[in-house]
Amino acid sequence: MANESPGRPNSLFRNLNAKLASVPMIFTALVVFVGGTIWTIVYSFTNSRLLPRLSFVGLDQYERLWSTPRWIASIQNLWIYGSLSLIFSLSIGFLLAALLDQKIRFESAFRTIILYPFALSFIVTGLVWQWLLNPDFGVQHLVRAAGWESFTFNPLYDQSIVIYGILIAGLWQGTGLVMCLMLAGLRGIDEDIWKAARVDGIPMWKTYVFIVIPMMRPVFITTLVIIASGIVRVYDLVVAQTSGGPGHASEVPAKYVYDYMFSAQNLGQGFAASTMMLVTVMIVVVPWAYLEFGGRNKRG
Amino acid sequence: MNSFKAFIAATTVLGTVGLAHATDLEVTHWWTSGGEAAAVAEFAKAFDATGNKWIDGAIAGGGNTARPVFISRITGGDPMAATQFNHGRQAEELVQAGLMRDFTALAEKEGWKNFIRPASLLDGCTVDGKVYCVPINIHSWQWLWLSHKAFADAGVPVPTTWDEFVAAAPALEKAGKVPLAMGGQAWQRTGAFNVLIPAIAGKETYLKVYQDKDAEAAAGPEIAKVFKAADDARRMAANSNVQDWNQATNLVITGQAGGQIMGDWAQGEFQVAGQVAGKDYSCLPGLGVNELISVGGDAFYFPVLKDADKTAAQEVLASVMLSPETQVAFNLKKGSVPVRGDVDLNAANDCMKKGLDILAKGNTMPDPPRLNTEDTNNQLNDLFVEFFATPSMTPEAAQKRYAEIIAAAD
Repeated sequence: MANESPGRPNSLFRNLNAKLASVPMIFTALVVFVGGTIWTIVYSFTNSRLLPRLSFVGLDQYERLWSTPRWIASIQNLWIYGSLSLIFSLSIGFLLAALLDQKIRFESAFRTIILYPFALSFIVTGLVWQWLLNPDFGVQHLVRAAGWESFTFNPLYDQSIVIYGILIAGLWQGTGLVMCLMLAGLRGIDEDIWKAARVDGIPMWKTYVFIVIPMMRPVFITTLVIIASGIVRVYDLVVAQTSGGPGHASEVPAKYVYDYMFSAQNLGQGFAASTMMLVTVMIVVVPWAYLEFGGRNKRG
Repeated sequence: MNSFKAFIAATTVLGTVGLAHATDLEVTHWWTSGGEAAAVAEFAKAFDATGNKWIDGAIAGGGNTARPVFISRITGGDPMAATQFNHGRQAEELVQAGLMRDFTALAEKEGWKNFIRPASLLDGCTVDGKVYCVPINIHSWQWLWLSHKAFADAGVPVPTTWDEFVAAAPALEKAGKVPLAMGGQAWQRTGAFNVLIPAIAGKETYLKVYQDKDAEAAAGPEIAKVFKAADDARRMAANSNVQDWNQATNLVITGQAGGQIMGDWAQGEFQVAGQVAGKDYSCLPGLGVNELISVGGDAFYFPVLKDADKTAAQEVLASVMLSPETQVAFNLKKGSVPVRGDVDLNAANDCMKKGLDILAKGNTMPDPPRLNTEDTNNQLNDLFVEFFATPSMTPEAAQKRYAEIIAAAD
C-alpha cells in the first residue's frame, strides 16, 4: 500500500463503502475467531479446571492427552471416517450428479429425494440410523424375518466395525449436498464443449474424466472444504448413534473435547485437545492454501 | 391516548404487585425417571403452597449431561434460582469463585446442624466454615437388587451374597435370563466397580485408594481381587443391551434379568411398578458381603441472584426442602433416606429400613463424588466403559491403568 505511486488516490480510501461494510466482519473474525483461538491455546498450557485460571504447567496437558487411550482411538477413528467419507461422498456425489445430468425425466423429483436427508440434523440422522442398524428391529431383523436366519448385520454393536456404521449414516446425510454442488458445476460447463468432444469422437467417460472434471476444479475445491470441515467437527452424529461406544470404538476428537471441558470440568485438558484438532487442520490446510493462493497469483 | 397510557401504567403496577407476592423460581435438576419425577413433584407442591411458583427445569440424560448445562448457565451469567448437584467437589470451584449463595445465616437460624445427620452431609456443603448448599437426601450406591421371579424361573434360590449370585449365573443364563442388568452409560460402569471395592476389598482399601490416592494400594492384590469380580460382572452383563439405568432396573422388575448393582434410587422404580420388597424383589446392601453404605446424595445450590424478590424466595425454598413433611414425602417417593434424624419413617419399606439401620450403626463411608474431582471420575468412566465393553481387555491391564489414574489424581 505504501509503495503505490504518488498522485493516485490513496488505496485505503478506494471502495470506501465496501471496506466500511466489511469492518464488522473483520472485527468479528479478529476478535472472535483469532482472539478466541489464541486464548484457547494460551489456556491449554494451564491447569484450569472448571474455571479458566492462569497457572502454567507447561506441556503437562499435552503429555496426558497423548497418553490417553481414548484420545488415540478418537484420532484413529477420525482418520478412518474422514478419509472414507471424503472418497465416498465425492465419488458417489459426482456419479449421482452425472447420472442426473443425462436429461432424464423427473429430474427435479430425484434431486429433491436425494437432497432430502441433508435437511435433517445430524441428531435425527443418527437416531434414524441407530434404529435401522439395531439388530433387534432394524435391517438384520427384517432380513431374518424374510427367511435368512443366519444373517448378521449389527455394526453399531461390534467394536471393530462400528465406525463404518457411523460412516453409512454420514454418507446418507451428506451425499445429497455434494451431488447438488456437482450438478451445479456440471451445468456450468458450456454445451459447446460437449458438442466439440462429440465431434471429435471422444467417448463420454473420457470427456468427463479428462475435460469436464478438470474444468470443475473450483467446484471440487468448494465441496472439499465443506466436506472436510464437516468431518473435523463430527460430533452429534456419534452422540446420537452410539455415544462413542461400544467401549471407545466410535469416539471422535470433538467428543473428547466436549467431555473434558464440560463434564469432567477440566478446561485445560479440553483446550489441549482442541488445540491439537486445530493443529491437525492446519497441517492439511496451510500447505494447500500456500499452493493455491500463495506465491504468484497464477489463477488470476 | 391518555387512556392507553393509563392502561400501560396500570398493567405495569399490577405486574409488579403480582411479582412481589408470588415469585417464580426456576429449579434445575436431572430427575426424569418415573420415581424421580414423582419425588420432585412433592417439592414443587410444597413450594407452590407457600404462594410462590416452582418452574421446573428438568434436564434428561443424567448428571453428566445436565451438569455442563447448569455450569455454563451459571458461569455465563444466566443463573437459575436453584440447582441440583451431588454435594462435594462438583461445585467446588463455583463456590470458590463466589457464584453460589452463602446460606450460613439461615442454617444457624434454623439450626441445620442439630437435625441433619450424619453430620458429614453438612460438611459436604461447607467450604471454609460457610454453608453453601442444602442437602436433601441420602443416597447410597451399595445395593444389589434381585428379581425373585427370575430366580424362580431358573429354579435356584435367591442368593444372599455376591458370590452366590455369581454361582447362580449359569442357571439364569440357561433359563434365558440376563444374569446382571447393567446400562451402557459410563457412570453406571464406574459405579458398579466402586461398589465392588468395599464389598470385596473392604472399607480400608476403599479409603486408601480414593481418599489417600494411594497408587500402591490401587495396584495391589486387594484391588486385583476387585478386578477379578468386575471380570465376573462383565461376563454376566454381556447380554444386557440397554443404556439407561431405569431400563436396566426394568429388566429386573420384569424378571428378564437376575439382578442389578444400582443405588437406592432404583427403589423408586420398584415402587412405581407396584412391587413389594421381600416378596417380588430383594435388596442386598453392600452386595450382601460388607454391610457398608456410602453417604452421599443430592443437594441444592443457590446461585447468587440480583433480583431481591427471588433472593428472598430462595430462602423460602431452602426451608421448604428441609421441612420435616417435605423431607418424608420426597424421600419416600425417591427411595432415599431423609437427611433429618428427627422424622417419622414408619412408612418406609424393608429395604429403606435396612438402610436406616446401617446408617444408625454408623457403617458409612464418603462416596466417590466427595473424594474425587470430576476429572478423576471421568477418567475412571473412560476406563470402565472400555473395560466392560471389551472382553479382550484383561483385568491386569485394566488395573494397571486404574493405578495410573489414581496416581495422577488430586
